[in-house]
Amino acid sequence: MIKLFKQKEKQREQAENAHGRAPVKKQSAGELRLHKGVSGVEQWRGLGNMSELNLPKTSTIAFPNGKDDLMNFEVTLQPDEGYYLGGSFVFTFQVPPIYPHEAPKVKCKTKVYHPNIDLEGNVCLNILREDWKPVLNINTIVYGLNLLFTQPNDEDPLNQDAAAVLRDNPKLFETNVRRAMAGGYVGQFFFPRCMVGSK
Amino acid sequence: MAAEAATTSIDEGLNEDGGRWKDLDKLILRPGTIVGDNFEPGPELKENLMKMVRVLVVGAGGLGCELLKDLALSGFLNLEVIDMDTIDVSNLNRQFLFRFGDVGKPKAEVAAKCVMERISGVNIVPHFCRIEDKDISFFDNFHIIVLGLDSIEARSYINAVACSYLEYDSDGNPSDGIKPMVDGGTEGFKGHARVIIPGLTPCFECNIWLFPPQVKFPLCTLAETPRTAAHCIEYAHLIKWGEALKRAELFGISGVTYSLTQGVVKNIVPAIASTNAIVSAACALEALKIMTDCSKTMSNYLMYNGTEGIHSKMTAFDRDKDCLVCGPGILIELDISVTLSKFIDLLGEHPKLLLSKPSITHRGNNLYMQAPPVLEEMTRSNLNLLLFDLIGKIPKDIIHATGTTSINGKRTSCLRKLRVIFKGTAEDVTDMDTMGAVYRFVDKDNPEFWGYPVPKF
Repeated sequence: MIKLFKQKEKQREQAENAHGRAPVKKQSAGELRLHKGVSGVEQWRGLGNMSELNLPKTSTIAFPNGKDDLMNFEVTLQPDEGYYLGGSFVFTFQVPPIYPHEAPKVKCKTKVYHPNIDLEGNVCLNILREDWKPVLNINTIVYGLNLLFTQPNDEDPLNQDAAAVLRDNPKLFETNVRRAMAGGYVGQFFFPRCMVGSK
Repeated sequence: MAAEAATTSIDEGLNEDGGRWKDLDKLILRPGTIVGDNFEPGPELKENLMKMVRVLVVGAGGLGCELLKDLALSGFLNLEVIDMDTIDVSNLNRQFLFRFGDVGKPKAEVAAKCVMERISGVNIVPHFCRIEDKDISFFDNFHIIVLGLDSIEARSYINAVACSYLEYDSDGNPSDGIKPMVDGGTEGFKGHARVIIPGLTPCFECNIWLFPPQVKFPLCTLAETPRTAAHCIEYAHLIKWGEALKRAELFGISGVTYSLTQGVVKNIVPAIASTNAIVSAACALEALKIMTDCSKTMSNYLMYNGTEGIHSKMTAFDRDKDCLVCGPGILIELDISVTLSKFIDLLGEHPKLLLSKPSITHRGNNLYMQAPPVLEEMTRSNLNLLLFDLIGKIPKDIIHATGTTSINGKRTSCLRKLRVIFKGTAEDVTDMDTMGAVYRFVDKDNPEFWGYPVPKF
């Protein structure tokens, strides 16, 4: 390849002599196509994501950083059945640069009384971690999250207390969920109101 | 100054019984039968290798230390090295350019200084920063990039940068701006070395699927029913790292971030010095072969496993012809009077695309998004604007489009890379159709045409 690079250099010199001046510096291809620090790869990955998006009708999506940041967004779920009917839950999605090789990081921004979501917003959903495959996408995750609200699961708990109540006393669990969603204490923990619409 | 030093060392080499470059000379001064097509052995080649070629080494850690030493001793005398880390005491067992007194200093700077002291004539410029912090033009001046990295993200980034220099002719053959890379990687007793010549061999993105998925434990297992020691450690790392933050606050220490926590925790696989040495040697040799053509380069991926005995295997992976990073994309010639809306219609009619309902993005700027509705609304006003204006009046550039198309009668969503050229603009004079196959250059009078910036010395 050295030969190749030499040829280029010679061509440049000849041109310089012919014109009696240094050639105008061409903006490099790199400068043309890339912004500093952004390889562009993220961008089209995000683009692919959005065009495939087919969200359940119980959800809406928002882009807090504007139309050009498709790698960070929020999905709001409003379950249309089950214990959490009437509630509104916001999830933050952080799509990593090497998505879909790695799953997006999903956190629940709304404090929720739920066996599979802890009070810090960590979500226990298999496809977000151990069962993530590059063929999955944002849709699958949103449907998965939706399922967590229609069918909370007491077998793989993140919130042990909530799971125990769901298992042993579903009636009390229901009461606790309503209380938390309306804004109030369950045990020692306070949950801000997260019901849809006005009080 | 640097050039003078290089001359001295070349001469020194010849005086001392063949000296330092005795073995290199055997490779690049004599003809051979398994050499590359463009091999021209002789002192001129050696001089060019030593004086002209500029190499960027990314990473000055376990592999980086080996690479700098190997490359310098292979006759690459103009090196630059970039690394964002400082030296930790745990590095000293294998990162042999560092001493106890160097702990806390930038790896790139210490490594550069150490190699320059030991090998006369070599000049190494250190950069103590992240690769993403460098302006893209930083990469213009390098003939070859050698990677000693430990993350997929960083590889993906640098790969995209290197591939962005690539130019294609109208037949979709690479014509200019080839920036070769050699990538090394190690984990414990296993490692790989690969050659990436954008446009000719698969790029990093073409077979990113090669990387095994990271082992992840279910969150609920970690939180509630841990069964192994790894579960307990991962629990502290993932769920209780907030404790680290509180502790740092208590002692007035800043810098505890999630990414640092990961950085500290992920160093669980013990690094093995011999693996680094073997992989680095393979990389340095490939770099020498690419630049001098003294032998054909490997095709194109070497796997090494020293877990039980020693095993190595070469695999020739294929390019992904539709790769969005290194592929040619689809050439579209346009009139500057084309609006975004008209452009979208054209993509539906284009025989090679037949893209229906495409969304369009250009350099991180989403020009039009068909969905979700909130994005459609934000971008709708662009539809009646001229595409040429929307992309900043650049005569030719890459645009990405995604939509659905029909493959074997099935509707499939797809993402396409488009090479857009505007007719009647300045660059159109240097039309691409005169460019030939790989390694052939247009003999045109227009110096602005030459996409590859020639390094100056």
